[in-house]
Amino acid sequence: MAAGAASGGSATTDTYKEARNWLLLPSWAVLGIFVLAPVCMMLVYSFLTKEFRGGVIWEPSLAAYDQFFFDRGLFGDEPAKIEWTYITIFWRSIWQAGAATLLSLVIGFPTAYFIATRPERVRPFWVFLITIPYWVNLLIRTVSMKFLLRDQGPLNDFLIGTGLIDSPIHIVNTNFAVQLGLFYSYLPFMVLPIYAAVERYNFSLSEAAADLYAPKWVTLRRIVLPAIKPGVIAGCILVFVPSMGSFLAPDLLGGAKNFMIGSLIEEQFKGNAGNWPFGAAASMILLTMVLIILLIFARQQSKAENGGS
Amino acid sequence: MKTMLKTTAAALALTVGATAAAAEEKVVLYHWFEYMPQELLDKFTAETGIKVTMDTFDSNEAMLASLKAGAIGTYDLSVPGDYMVAILKNQGMLDTIADGELKNKANISDQWLDVDFDPGRMHSIPYQWGSTSFSVNRDDYQGDIQSTDILFNPPEELKGRINVLDSQADVLAMASLHLGIPQCTNDREQLKALNALVQGAKENWTSFNSDTAKEVLVSGDVSAGMIWNGFSAKARAEGANVEYAYPEQGMLVWMDNIVLLKDAPNRENALKFLDFMLEPENVAALTNWTQYSAGVDGVSDHLDEALRTSPENNPPAGVSTAFIQVCDEQTQAVYDTIWTNLKK
Repeated sequence: MAAGAASGGSATTDTYKEARNWLLLPSWAVLGIFVLAPVCMMLVYSFLTKEFRGGVIWEPSLAAYDQFFFDRGLFGDEPAKIEWTYITIFWRSIWQAGAATLLSLVIGFPTAYFIATRPERVRPFWVFLITIPYWVNLLIRTVSMKFLLRDQGPLNDFLIGTGLIDSPIHIVNTNFAVQLGLFYSYLPFMVLPIYAAVERYNFSLSEAAADLYAPKWVTLRRIVLPAIKPGVIAGCILVFVPSMGSFLAPDLLGGAKNFMIGSLIEEQFKGNAGNWPFGAAASMILLTMVLIILLIFARQQSKAENGGS
Repeated sequence: MKTMLKTTAAALALTVGATAAAAEEKVVLYHWFEYMPQELLDKFTAETGIKVTMDTFDSNEAMLASLKAGAIGTYDLSVPGDYMVAILKNQGMLDTIADGELKNKANISDQWLDVDFDPGRMHSIPYQWGSTSFSVNRDDYQGDIQSTDILFNPPEELKGRINVLDSQADVLAMASLHLGIPQCTNDREQLKALNALVQGAKENWTSFNSDTAKEVLVSGDVSAGMIWNGFSAKARAEGANVEYAYPEQGMLVWMDNIVLLKDAPNRENALKFLDFMLEPENVAALTNWTQYSAGVDGVSDHLDEALRTSPENNPPAGVSTAFIQVCDEQTQAVYDTIWTNLKK
């Protein structure tokens, strides 16, 4: 009804606005129920008292945040020092996710560029090829990766067969295996946004640069890259953020030897610890960190856009 | 990993089943992964007309978390380990089975009737029991393996080729046996020693895997691994030259039990299922499949010869055994810190 009024030419700005608000309602409802409500719940839980073996007691407490930032020794009665345990775990996650993102960028960028420069008719086919492996469940792909990489797996068999190495390279249960797993899990999230950006790029700009005697490298760096930067940034964020919270790859490919943020949080709910407020607090800290990173990206981008125009 | 697949499949089945067959008789089981042969469930359905819906978990703690998060009231039965029965009971999550409600209750072996975690079997019946120790690939290491040194102070050949269960309770209980200290000790020096022991041993461990504990031994990814006796027997059956150890320091025993959950939506059917799981013939079929041991009398006649004589099920005389104990809140907090330190 409201929408009809808006599209009938006589509608004032007010009814148009009202119609827009009504039409936005479903989106707000979805965001409210599936994003805002869970986050608020998490926030509240992180400030409650933990119940032994899971659950919460409805008494406000800062214990979860205290545990995160202060170390009081094995028995919890020493003078407080700065707690490095969780900082170490967070740092490891950032580092692993960063490495996976870099790896995705190095492989994903040329791939996306290649696809976007094919004739328009065959591009959908190449994109289709990229997505095929991702029809399979992430778990199965991660396990398959382990089968490929293990000491007696095809990769090592091949390398030994060709005489390149004498004894198998240990890849499974190392940090590198985790990075490889994360890279493989999220590669399309890098390729697709970059592809979309390169596809929109006007290649006559490159020709113009070449006409003006710009070497290919300079053209790439000063003309192409700035034009497709939003795609690259979007790709990096899409790979980095889920990698940070991932626990499948660290568990299956890393041997679950070292906690990543995801596995640390999981342990608070599913493991022996059963410390829900702490799990909620760690999630909130993770969320805050990711938000800060996104804000920095967003500000840089808007700065770049304002400077450009 | 199979676990997750199965969980997903089971969850799907649950939703589909719930909508499609509201009128159909059913019983909903919350069970471990890879711990129930489908044939047995089919047999139950054939005998009683009751459909079994099964959802799976991969650790006692994961089950507790899920029940606490609101799953209580959706399941009729679950299969917690010994210490978790006590915890569930303390949390008020179990229903009481009144006298005479189970016609086959007399089949429970005397040894397993008056157990610490459920005196008089008011809430549970035995499912399977077995032991937790470790197995060593005899192609890779020929020396003596009857000591927990294999895990905590391994010989050169095994360093970096050891998998341990990804379970705080099992690892710290085993480490306590190694040190000869009581489980859940509240002695500070002993707790410090426990912390130091696992910290030091970690560099020799290559992974913490529970659901692939058997697979990594079969594939040769590791040469030694903490494992349950039935899983070790299966690894041997799948061609790995592994020997299950009976360490002189002792080993862990456990018993899984089917419990009747509070607010069970299909209580009558659940009782029928419990009776079914107390029939020696059915328990034998289960035992032949899991390769563990039954807690019900009259089973041995139906057991496979290979299982009856398997080295994994016949410990030498004099091996000391211990159930995992439930720590109090204070000690548990220290255990949690030790575990987090270990994995940081």
